[in-house]
Amino acid sequence: MNNVVVRDYIIPANDFTIAGEASSNVRKILSQIGVAPDIVKRTSIAMYEAEINAMIHGKGGQAHVEIDENKIVIRISDQGPGIEDLDLAMQEGYSTAPDSIREMGFGAGMGLSNIKKHSDILEINTAVNEGTTVLITVFFKQE
Amino acid sequence: MEQYYFHSVTLDKSKCKGCTNCIKYCPTEAIRVRNGKAVIIKERCIDCGVCIRICPYHAKKAVTDPLENIKKYSYKIALPAPTLYGQFGPGYSRERIVLALKQYGFDYVFEVARAAEIVTNATEQYMLNKDIKKPVVSSACPAVVRFIQIRFPNLIDNLLTIESPMEIAATLSRQEVNEKYGIPLDKIGVFFISPCAAKVTSVKAPYENRKSNVDGVLSMKDIFLPLLDIMKKQGEITSEPFSLSSAIGVSWAGTGGESSAIRKGRSIAVHGIQNVNDILEQAVQGNLDNIDFLEVLACPEGCLGGPLAVENPFIAKVNLNNEIEKIKKNQAHSVLPKHKNVNEFEWKSTVEYRPILKLDDDMMKALEKMNMIDAITDSFYGLDCGACGAPSCRALAEDIVRGDAKETDCIFKLREKVNSIANQLHQIDGTGRKADDN
Repeated sequence: MNNVVVRDYIIPANDFTIAGEASSNVRKILSQIGVAPDIVKRTSIAMYEAEINAMIHGKGGQAHVEIDENKIVIRISDQGPGIEDLDLAMQEGYSTAPDSIREMGFGAGMGLSNIKKHSDILEINTAVNEGTTVLITVFFKQE
Repeated sequence: MEQYYFHSVTLDKSKCKGCTNCIKYCPTEAIRVRNGKAVIIKERCIDCGVCIRICPYHAKKAVTDPLENIKKYSYKIALPAPTLYGQFGPGYSRERIVLALKQYGFDYVFEVARAAEIVTNATEQYMLNKDIKKPVVSSACPAVVRFIQIRFPNLIDNLLTIESPMEIAATLSRQEVNEKYGIPLDKIGVFFISPCAAKVTSVKAPYENRKSNVDGVLSMKDIFLPLLDIMKKQGEITSEPFSLSSAIGVSWAGTGGESSAIRKGRSIAVHGIQNVNDILEQAVQGNLDNIDFLEVLACPEGCLGGPLAVENPFIAKVNLNNEIEKIKKNQAHSVLPKHKNVNEFEWKSTVEYRPILKLDDDMMKALEKMNMIDAITDSFYGLDCGACGAPSCRALAEDIVRGDAKETDCIFKLREKVNSIANQLHQIDGTGRKADDN
């Protein structure tokens, strides 16, 4: 019996046309295995934000998703510039996105705080010039 | 759940050739071809009518009430959808069409456009409420509401909880006739003249067992020629015997009509079920939080593109726009009718999530099934050819895991199996014993 569903996705750099495909796909899987709609939504928003971050800031990257009967764990990693000051980056409204990205409605500085808001556990490992890994956990039964 | 087994959209088996055109376009993957004929999975069908439009053999049809059903009632009310005004072309004004309905045999005509204006009015008030979830998603298109119930449970709370113009028109016209002329309620028959299959389902099997006030739904296709014949003999029209709606209500037939009538805030109008799917994805993802109102219509060009409409939707749009310009010229201000009690038309209950895509009630089993589907999908060739009768390789894998199909429904898998049997036969020697397994 295999009760862990695993998915891997490639996140291309700066391709807005397919941004969000991975999180949309994960949303469908969660609905099919019967996760409650509000949890599906939280997961989907958290993953989408992380996906967009990797696309815009991280020169693209990968998403690795594991789902069991209790939780979903999403690991999104990139080999981008890393985050210099993580505390600052976590603040709402802080953004290093260039104007060209902001003009498209992204880069408002809400990404990381939004991920935190919609996940149960958020772990960020980052090193300047090496890249960033965002680990998001959402539990299916909320306490 | 019984109510979901009624659908307007049905299959004419004798016309179905078992081709795979419909299965590819169905937005909820509700059609399979089995034993050479299409089968509609009733729990999944949202009556959007895409398959009616796509089928080259016209084997998909929308069941409506026959025209002669109006004879069952001594007093007959017609509720023409505004789409009707776009069907006949220049020279056939709204006044003539409404009069023709009366000449056809209806005692009273209540334009659904009038009720649409009441909905516009109520929506504007509804939008002032601080507690509502934005974007407010229009509930005017019944196919979209059913689509949301199946695929976008997170947006159920965003649905506009106001009755449809058709239902409001039915309620008000019945009241009006009863009060004005003293006709007993049970003698009155209310008939909606529809471009839409999903509206038939809304009347015969309303959401969550509500009761519809409409007694019958007539297809615009059926009544088109009789009305045209009558209008050709009409001659000059002098009087305006009916209280007609303003431009706002009439514009509801096309895309952008409902949303542009809401004067405050930012609105988006989307039409065509695939586009609707895409915009709803965006809404779930939280990308539309700065939008106040979302008009979503399943058919291309909105109700004008409905499967029961006669005229090409783009031509119908020009016809309708001409009519709207005429109305605007004649009415200095389009005044929305203030209805005394808007709350009367609020939904009494909400619609519910229908998790029909769920693989199993037990999540452990569902996860296991998901892995089985993944494994089977990987074993397929990934052509999504549809020859098995399912819309994609993954859909077939899902059907197999659900117990509704088998692996050899895939012609490539079948070929592999036949080849393997042929090889085995080849290896049997003259004594009838099998050669070494290899």
